[in-house]
Amino acid sequence: MNWLTEFVRPRVRTLLGRKEAPDNLWHQCPQCQQMIFHRELEAARKVCPHCGHHMRATAQERLTWTFDDASFTRIDLPKVPADPLKFQDKKRYSDRLSDSRKKTGMDDAVLVAHGSVGGHKAVVMAMDFRFMGGSMGAAMGEALVSAARLAVLQRAALIVYTASGGARMQEGAISLMQMPRTTIAVQMVREAGLPYIVILTDPTAGGVTASFAMLGDIQIAEPNALIGFAGARVIEETIREKLPEGFQRAEYLLEHGMIDMVTPRGDLTATLGRLLGLLHVPAAEPLAA
Amino acid sequence: MRHFLDFEKPVAELEAKIEELRRMTDPGELNIAQEVSQLSDKAERQLRNLYGKLTPWQKTQVARHPERPKAKDMIAGLITEFTPLAGDRAFAEDAAIIAGPGRFQGEPVMVIAIEKGSDLDSRLKHNFGSPRPEGYRKARRMIELAGRFGLPILSFVDTSGAYPGIDAEARGQAEAIARGIDACLAAPVPFIATIIGEGGSGGAIAIAAADVVLMYEHAIYSVISPEGCAAILWEDRAMAPQAAEAMKVTAQDLKRLGIIDRIVPEPLGGAHRAPDAAVAQLGEAIATALAPLKTMAPEALRAKRREKFLAMGQSAVV
Ligand SMILES: [Zn+2]
Repeated sequence: MNWLTEFVRPRVRTLLGRKEAPDNLWHQCPQCQQMIFHRELEAARKVCPHCGHHMRATAQERLTWTFDDASFTRIDLPKVPADPLKFQDKKRYSDRLSDSRKKTGMDDAVLVAHGSVGGHKAVVMAMDFRFMGGSMGAAMGEALVSAARLAVLQRAALIVYTASGGARMQEGAISLMQMPRTTIAVQMVREAGLPYIVILTDPTAGGVTASFAMLGDIQIAEPNALIGFAGARVIEETIREKLPEGFQRAEYLLEHGMIDMVTPRGDLTATLGRLLGLLHVPAAEPLAA
Repeated sequence: MRHFLDFEKPVAELEAKIEELRRMTDPGELNIAQEVSQLSDKAERQLRNLYGKLTPWQKTQVARHPERPKAKDMIAGLITEFTPLAGDRAFAEDAAIIAGPGRFQGEPVMVIAIEKGSDLDSRLKHNFGSPRPEGYRKARRMIELAGRFGLPILSFVDTSGAYPGIDAEARGQAEAIARGIDACLAAPVPFIATIIGEGGSGGAIAIAAADVVLMYEHAIYSVISPEGCAAILWEDRAMAPQAAEAMKVTAQDLKRLGIIDRIVPEPLGGAHRAPDAAVAQLGEAIATALAPLKTMAPEALRAKRREKFLAMGQSAVV
């Protein structure tokens, strides 16, 4: 009995076909307001063909775009106690959870899968902003710890797509403790001599930025992604000044030496494959037919 | 003049009356002395009553009390030969974090403390206890120094949070905190963290991912300030008392949740009423927590620390 059989029940989810959307579907770019034909937007991985704006993507889309031939194996994540504090603000936390579950079809704001990226072994964790703003609670911690253990077990690279408003307040200090918990996950991968690559997407903030999201061996960001610790409103209230143009955007972080590169979504898969090769990540086994 | 919190009003009135009686009359007069003693008893009963059942929001006020002993008082009372060291070796010195080696009960230790300041000048100097990235990078430097020279680490946490400013963001506040946590978890020496007042979010955990986390009886520790949580979830800062309640910010709740390890009792009416006694209590608690860790090998310490944090949130406790 190893950890894999004990905790991770592999569930093969090979996604080659995609569900067809009606041909007459159009989207409006939130940046330039231009209309984009659905299929065109899908083909461009949700990047506006008119202005280059990178729209937010779901965790499922991230996995599909990242793995070779859009083929990967998702793992079931260990369950965590739901609503440990019995938290209620204007709404019950348990209701917020079930609403998000209905809306996204996900258990929490994160998916983990393994497979081949550019021909190399990789475990990918993708966060989903639609699920309570991608906030980090115990489930997120559990997901990263599981992903890290799987990467160590498989001698694979760990790749994480971040998208989060920060800590999940409804889990109180338990969410705060996911900062050390996820940091331990990063340490496990580091100690195994495997690369940990972070792709910061719009937005990444708060306790997520201040833990695993900023601990990558290589830090990549999508163009114009908002990345920071404190929220703009909090900063403005504290210093009573307007924030500079482009503040906390990917390009700003690059200029300040906080990340390695800003990479357009279309180039991301090739960049990841190249990096995994350069960092000696073992080749993935050929896909079973 | 003592600073009284709103909910301490009844006690404040009694104490003012006692003071008045003492001043106005010949203290030898028998019936006056008797009344003073009766009033004193009453005041103490009230204080005991109040402090025995503080709400999370009242505890928040106590934790932020301007006269509450600060990190500097802990260092003055517990550490001899304290030698503060400055700077992150990259950009600046950040006075919000005071750190350096000293002796605790005769043995060399590394101290890392967030200082809020106790009057206007010192509050400005220490940036009200809100560190910038340089502070966390200095702390990380101290953790690494401690590891190399085998000094147990004692951290004292009192912050409403890491500083939210343009400069702090530009210089990587998030990365500085993340590396701080990373360093805490990797430290090959015993590490005791104490939440002495406010444990404000990432700005606190950056120096508090420790083997043993102590917390004063009336301190608070939370993922976001009650006001911040209220502003976001209730869209109304005035709901802070409800947010404090809901987030479980008190030492008693956090002990139950397994987030902290031990509660350090405070003198009757809070640490601000008898700072020396409060500091002495903490000294005892640190000594007790430190003793069994001193004999542990670095690898065993790290493994145990990891195990503790890895378990957090995995099981239902409440
Ligand atoms: Zn556009």
